[in-house]
Amino acid sequence: MLRLLARGSGHHGLTEIADSLGLARGTAHGILRTLQRVEFVEQDQSTGRYRLGAALLHLGTSYLDANELRSKSINWADTLAARSGQEVRIGMHHDGAVLVVHHVFRPDDSVQTLGIGAMLPLHATALGKVLLAYDPALSAAARQRELTSLTRRTITRPQALERVLTEVRAQGWAGEAEEYLPGEASIAAPIRVPGGLVVGAIGVSGAADRLCDSAGRPRATLVRQVVQAAEAVTTSLVDEN
Amino acid sequence: MQRFVMAIDQGTTSTRCIVFDQNARLVAVAQREHRQYHPRPGWVEQDAVEIWRNVDRIMPQALRQSGITAAQVVALGIANQRETFVLWDRHTGVPVGRAIVWEDIRTEELVAELGEKPGIEEVRDRCGLPLATYFSAPSLRWMLDHVPGLREKAERGDVLFGTMDTWLIWNLTGGVNGGLHVTDVTNASRTMLMNLSTRQWDPVLLEFFGVPASMLPEIRPSTEISGTTTRVVPGISITAALGDQHAALFGQTCFEKGSIKGTYGTGGFLLMNTGTELVRSKHGLLTTIGYQIGGEPAYALEGSIAVAGSLVQWFRDNLGLIHSAPEIETLARTVKDNGGCYIVPAFSGLFAPHWLAQARGLVVGLTSYINKGHLARAVLEATGWQTREVVDAMNADLGTPTPALKVDGGMTADHLLMQFIADVLDVPVMRPLVAETVSLGAAYAAGLAAGFWPDLEGLRRNWHLAARWNPVMDARHREDEYANWKRAVELTFAWARSTPSS
Repeated sequence: MLRLLARGSGHHGLTEIADSLGLARGTAHGILRTLQRVEFVEQDQSTGRYRLGAALLHLGTSYLDANELRSKSINWADTLAARSGQEVRIGMHHDGAVLVVHHVFRPDDSVQTLGIGAMLPLHATALGKVLLAYDPALSAAARQRELTSLTRRTITRPQALERVLTEVRAQGWAGEAEEYLPGEASIAAPIRVPGGLVVGAIGVSGAADRLCDSAGRPRATLVRQVVQAAEAVTTSLVDEN
Repeated sequence: MQRFVMAIDQGTTSTRCIVFDQNARLVAVAQREHRQYHPRPGWVEQDAVEIWRNVDRIMPQALRQSGITAAQVVALGIANQRETFVLWDRHTGVPVGRAIVWEDIRTEELVAELGEKPGIEEVRDRCGLPLATYFSAPSLRWMLDHVPGLREKAERGDVLFGTMDTWLIWNLTGGVNGGLHVTDVTNASRTMLMNLSTRQWDPVLLEFFGVPASMLPEIRPSTEISGTTTRVVPGISITAALGDQHAALFGQTCFEKGSIKGTYGTGGFLLMNTGTELVRSKHGLLTTIGYQIGGEPAYALEGSIAVAGSLVQWFRDNLGLIHSAPEIETLARTVKDNGGCYIVPAFSGLFAPHWLAQARGLVVGLTSYINKGHLARAVLEATGWQTREVVDAMNADLGTPTPALKVDGGMTADHLLMQFIADVLDVPVMRPLVAETVSLGAAYAAGLAAGFWPDLEGLRRNWHLAARWNPVMDARHREDEYANWKRAVELTFAWARSTPSS
């Protein structure tokens, strides 16, 4: 069934699948439901047709559990916070948003709230832009939806977003100033599993005047620290495998 | 010229050398593991020479990594696995057999015999510890009884005793060529041979365990080691030594009376600073020295949880329900609560505050509704409730409730567990930015002794909060759940009683 779905258009209706494989429709439906549960198969909400699912992409490579990512990156995230003096977050894609899987406070002993489990917008945060830049399906889906305006600087035009994502891929990191919250900026870089697949992003966030230079560009020192932290986490993921 | 402090953390499975800068930021880490020997069931040994060779490699490695010279290292502090000790020939430096590790239970019978001896209450009063295989004295007595000719050599002063701090300092300061034979009060306080009030070897305790004083090192305050390395990397001042859990208490800057740190690894180790007051526990805790900076020691109460992270490992390796330890959280989050299921991991009895060696673990509350998600919750909650029991005992002994718990160790990466601990204690749980609190504590003590940091207040300013979990659990729900946990623990006692003795 998976081989059939991998052929041709990649979109098949239930009857088509059952007839092609010589299965009763009930049997084919049962198998499809099982495959759907483990995310090897997805069903298009509007047409009802089936296609291969995202989980198949992770076969053979090590798909990374969010809690495992936190556990393996905790020392590097701490180091980044200590060096940069900024708060650190690690995000993974979940359900059309950035899921914050790890958060380290800004080391200035001010009152802060632990943000693990929070959801952030993909198109308006540095973490989100990294996740979009390295996931074609995700960025295609994001372009289809309306890009919600959160501040007057939020990127809301799909073409503009695409240009920014191309830039992110070229430079290996993403930045954002006042696109999510007024007065706030963020910088992030990709975390990869062996094989190169980007599974998450690590970054700093804080007051725009601390993170950016007078021209509004992310400070080079911070960018370097963020990229180094992302590389250190990536290396620690390779080491374990 | 920028200056640094070096720490050696001689742990149970590996030895690490870490370099810190003046802001207490980690500059370099070098690490080597050593072998564990299990010659017979219940025996756990290590090769002290292998550990010494590892130190010989990692010290230069850490210097290379940080790109600094020995002249830039103002002080060296040593933290070490506690209770583990080695005996060696003063004239050759060669160990007598392997080091006996704290986990070794070869002295179970000996401990039972000693427990019948007159004067046992006096022992607990003087050293602050209950008689157990865990501490050094019973194993040392076992060696003296079983190695032919050893007692005579020890009495003549030809054979020396040392916990791992002592062994490393003796070797680093010259070994057979005038090596210092010293230990610090925190390490000495774990042998059962030191008097807690005088902080010297106690004649009554030496007599009770049959240990000749001639083989023991000089006991010094944690920051008055005062040695200089002549080997490996010569010319570095060794200024401090502490047992690893004491170093963690210091590294967490738990300087005030009533402050508690919890280190969550394979087991869980909770220490509460009781200030200058020597508190004798009425609730099943150990009395120990927190640290001694200068003249006055800070005393501490300790409660150890035998099984914490090792329960997660058991869940992974023996039940195979998860592939990696952190996945326990993912699995636990597939359900909203424990479904009425509790796991009491008394794999080798219960430690503080119960101290029941015969207790065995159990899983209770099973119904057809329970799935692996509920079991995963029960696994994590077991560490939470054991923490609650120890903290309750600490609060009762001190008479005032602690305001917060400072945590470190690998399990602090488990967000669900940290939140649960905050919930069951009903106080905030705080994680510092530097996770290496053991090494940091040794570095702090060493740097303080060398004047690299001015005072405790200066160290406290280096402590930064990385995460804080605030309690959110409903009070009534918490007490109901605690009552269930206590009932589950009682059932392990009943099981111990009902098991026929062999």
